[in-house]
Amino acid sequence: MIVTLQVNGRSHAVEVAGWESLLWVLRERLGLRGAKDACLQGECGACSVVFDGELVCSCLVMAADAEGAEVTTVEGLGDAGGLHPVQQAFVDEGAVQCGYCTPGLAVATAHLLETHPDASLDELREALAGNLCRCTGYGAVLRAAVAAQRGGAEEAAP
Amino acid sequence: MHIERPRDLAEALAGFDSHPRATPLAGGTDLMVEVNLSHLRPETVVALRRVSELQTWDDRFVGAGVTYARLQAGPFPALAELARTVGSPQIRAAGTLGGNLGTASPAGDALPFLAALDAEVVVASHGGERTLRWDAFLVGPKRTALRPGELIVGVRLPDHIPARQAFGKVGVRQAMVIATVNCCVVRDEEGATRVAMGAVGPTVLRARAAEQLVSSTSRPSPSMLEEFQRLVSDEVVPITDHRATERYRRHAAGVLARRTLERCLAP
Repeated sequence: MIVTLQVNGRSHAVEVAGWESLLWVLRERLGLRGAKDACLQGECGACSVVFDGELVCSCLVMAADAEGAEVTTVEGLGDAGGLHPVQQAFVDEGAVQCGYCTPGLAVATAHLLETHPDASLDELREALAGNLCRCTGYGAVLRAAVAAQRGGAEEAAP
Repeated sequence: MHIERPRDLAEALAGFDSHPRATPLAGGTDLMVEVNLSHLRPETVVALRRVSELQTWDDRFVGAGVTYARLQAGPFPALAELARTVGSPQIRAAGTLGGNLGTASPAGDALPFLAALDAEVVVASHGGERTLRWDAFLVGPKRTALRPGELIVGVRLPDHIPARQAFGKVGVRQAMVIATVNCCVVRDEEGATRVAMGAVGPTVLRARAAEQLVSSTSRPSPSMLEEFQRLVSDEVVPITDHRATERYRRHAAGVLARRTLERCLAP
């Protein structure tokens, strides 16, 4: 069946077979390999994307049900001008070890700072609890999240 | 695979009328795990996220499509508390109350709240609607009284909901964890207490002897709380599985119920 959806602002009509997940369609049919395939059961958050305004695990979205949806993946965070501030903060803070969890963490952090720009450190921790990092890099990830938050606040200041 | 994407409840029920064995899809947090692991290949799926009636939350009626994220921000403290313990933000943005009922896991985190309040489950088919109390709806582990062609529409809570209510959960970590034992206690101003325990039986269950013990007194004594804990441990019927042993669950159930009750007793 053909499913029409918006990914990172671009409309795609994509052939979807059977029970494919949105994650599969993003990676294998649209060539967007940022969202990662790890647990396939919503435990690890490596496949996190923004789906119609909500942060979700794309492995748990049935692609056939994504008709009409608007999706943002890590590829849609930055633009031609460069990295998204959250991505830049991850680079600056060295919040990347093996990198497998990084796209999901970047999308989750960017989504949180967009929806809750004043999140406290505890709220940041809770908001990122669904993104597992097996290199145990959470300290640097949280420093990056806070740095991105401060940067955003400075930008917004008059 | 055939998928229907109804726009409203009438269309959804028509879908189940033409495909009585169709698999309902809401947040996908249970269904897609089974699909991804190739345990399940549903022939027909009725996708429900566009059905606005299921998103309704009108005072005592909570639609089946209300997500944990919405429950977390809602007016009932124990319901908000339990919603916060489900999965991660990603799971809470997608998973629904109706899904928790439909999956009917013995460990379902929303189920102790519904059992403690004697909530009713509203189900509908093309032919009409029926209402079942939680214990008539949940008939076994992962088994419900839902008939082919029927859909869970929502939950009706009672008019009187005590302000004293709490939820507790034992698991191996703070996030992304399925309950080893979970528990909801509600207590009204006269002392009438209800205690619902999950993951310690084939379905969520009420610890009725323990309820009776503490319902007759306005201020249970320390020895009565000891006895309460013992009764809960006696009344649960846990099994040993990969999450915990029967013995651990029995002990944890008593301790958790007592601590959850103590939170309801706090001034």
